[in-house]
Amino acid sequence: MNSIIVTAGARILVALLLVFSVFMLLRGHNLPGGGFIGGLLGATAFIVYAIACGTAEARKALRVSPEGLAMVGLGVALVAGLISALTGDPFFTGQWYWVGGDSYETAAFSINSVLVFDVGVYMVVFGGILSLILMLEEEL
Amino acid sequence: MSWYLAAPVAIPFVTAVLAFLLRNGPAGRWVSLAGSVALLVASGLLMAQVIEHGVIAGQMSNWEAPFGITLVADTLSAVMVVITAITGLATIVYGMGEIRPRIERLGYHALFHAMIAGVCGAFLTGDVFNLYVWFEVMLIASFGLLVIGGNKAQIDAGIKYVALNLVSTLAFLSGIGMLYGLTGTLNMADLHLAVQEVENQALVTVVAMLFMVGFGVKAAVFPLFFWLPAAYHTPSFSVSAVFAGLLTKVGVYALMRMFTLVFVGDVGFTHEILLWVSAATMLTGVLGAAAQSEFRKILSFHIISQIGYMTLGLALYTPLGLAGGVFYLVHHIIVKANLFLVAGVAQKAAGHNELARIGGLYKAAPFLGLLFIIPAFSLAGFPPLSGFWAKFVVVKASLELEYWFIAFVALLVGLLTIYSMTKIWAAAFWKPHPDGYEPKLSRIPPGDLWPMLLPIVALAVMTMIIGLFPEVFVQLAETAAVQLLDPTHYVETVLGEVAR
Repeated sequence: MNSIIVTAGARILVALLLVFSVFMLLRGHNLPGGGFIGGLLGATAFIVYAIACGTAEARKALRVSPEGLAMVGLGVALVAGLISALTGDPFFTGQWYWVGGDSYETAAFSINSVLVFDVGVYMVVFGGILSLILMLEEEL
Repeated sequence: MSWYLAAPVAIPFVTAVLAFLLRNGPAGRWVSLAGSVALLVASGLLMAQVIEHGVIAGQMSNWEAPFGITLVADTLSAVMVVITAITGLATIVYGMGEIRPRIERLGYHALFHAMIAGVCGAFLTGDVFNLYVWFEVMLIASFGLLVIGGNKAQIDAGIKYVALNLVSTLAFLSGIGMLYGLTGTLNMADLHLAVQEVENQALVTVVAMLFMVGFGVKAAVFPLFFWLPAAYHTPSFSVSAVFAGLLTKVGVYALMRMFTLVFVGDVGFTHEILLWVSAATMLTGVLGAAAQSEFRKILSFHIISQIGYMTLGLALYTPLGLAGGVFYLVHHIIVKANLFLVAGVAQKAAGHNELARIGGLYKAAPFLGLLFIIPAFSLAGFPPLSGFWAKFVVVKASLELEYWFIAFVALLVGLLTIYSMTKIWAAAFWKPHPDGYEPKLSRIPPGDLWPMLLPIVALAVMTMIIGLFPEVFVQLAETAAVQLLDPTHYVETVLGEVAR
């Protein structure tokens, strides 16, 4: 497809979708959203780009292979689960480190394994969906 | 404690990720091997814990049962995880000789370990919905393994396999939904208590039938087995060996678990159905095998007939019957995986899989003949091999209940199994090669041959050990059966941690 309108519009849409996908990922921490929906949105961005400029361009823009991204994501999610071994908790127990306080109410923010898990999910969904769609686009 | 339970699931996943990232070089293969060894160690530690404590449970993420996901291992689960690890390791070693780098680059090892993770997860989970999730992990990974490398026959088999397994998943999932609607819980131990309090017991039986159909397709029992012989002869021998060994057994395990722990309100009805299904499975499987003339197709039909013995053990619903079923599971995984591995070597040495087009293997490789005879006779139930004791216990259990006809069928099927095995023996090993081609093991490069023979020898030795020293294994199976029939300890271990 060689429509100048689509190509020009896609650039803006892609940027918006990518920002929105990260927003959704982080928002999912306490509100509706999260890694799964964020990953879907992120994949959508690259799918729009692939429709506008072709799959080869989209793969180039992504820089890494979507399959690799998905597998690394699975690894990240696993690490989030395995961290709890260090504190002697069961597999996948959430680990929380509060910064500037000691609970949700008082702390400025927290560093925790739950977000790491969500980032892993984000990458798995992002890479998984994208590899499927790109493959289909190239086959058809 | 909970890490003993989490490790058999976590290790294959970590291995899968690393093996995928390293798939382009030989390192991926070694990571895969290391992961298989690690899984074997972890499963051994789990087994030791279970022998010491009886039943162990762990609440993943520290969410208490029945709200979170519980992993729980009783003797049956632990035995199944150990045997999964053994089969996985044997197949990975075999794959070192069989699987080509082209297939490895497509992610063979990652898929393999993801499937093993699914199998271990299914054996260890104490939550019905989680069981469904592990079934899906297993299904998706096994679909990948089935079609990897993609020739036409493989894709054809893959579509049948996936379509029919999705039907089973649908029945299973509907059953889960209805069960949750009836009881408001999905934790198996909690379900054991909650199902007894449901007023409408007829509806529980309906749900039980949905589960039976769902697991029945997975286990390949009559009349839901037709996907199995359509699929198992197409992929590489490593893949078909691990499928033949493990995948249907997950269905049998799920049947054993659900129909001893949850659906025991109307044993006269549900287990009576299982009884006749088992008899029909044994017979159709073995008759199907008699009509086949391809090495792996014969073996595939024999999987079906053997599944009948295991579900028979469950259907009898006595300590001895269930012990027989459990013993049969273990024996069959080792023997059947081994036969598929032998089929791979035979094909590579003689050049084909159709029995009509090969021959002369005994003359070329008498040692291979011995390696075939051990699992083959064990499958048919010759003393002193493992299959004899497995059949003996199951038949004895059915005689004790005076199910004369069922016992007769079980013995008859054993006889017909010998027929099929001698057919393979006569055609592949004894008769001269029809094309005058001389099969030679030396046709396989030694670097490939040794990794392929090693697991075959190891599994054959295991069959012999089980056959010569059956007491230990029968005792283990009896412990498992007692735990299955009286789940009080199981339920207390899972739910008791709430109080703590």
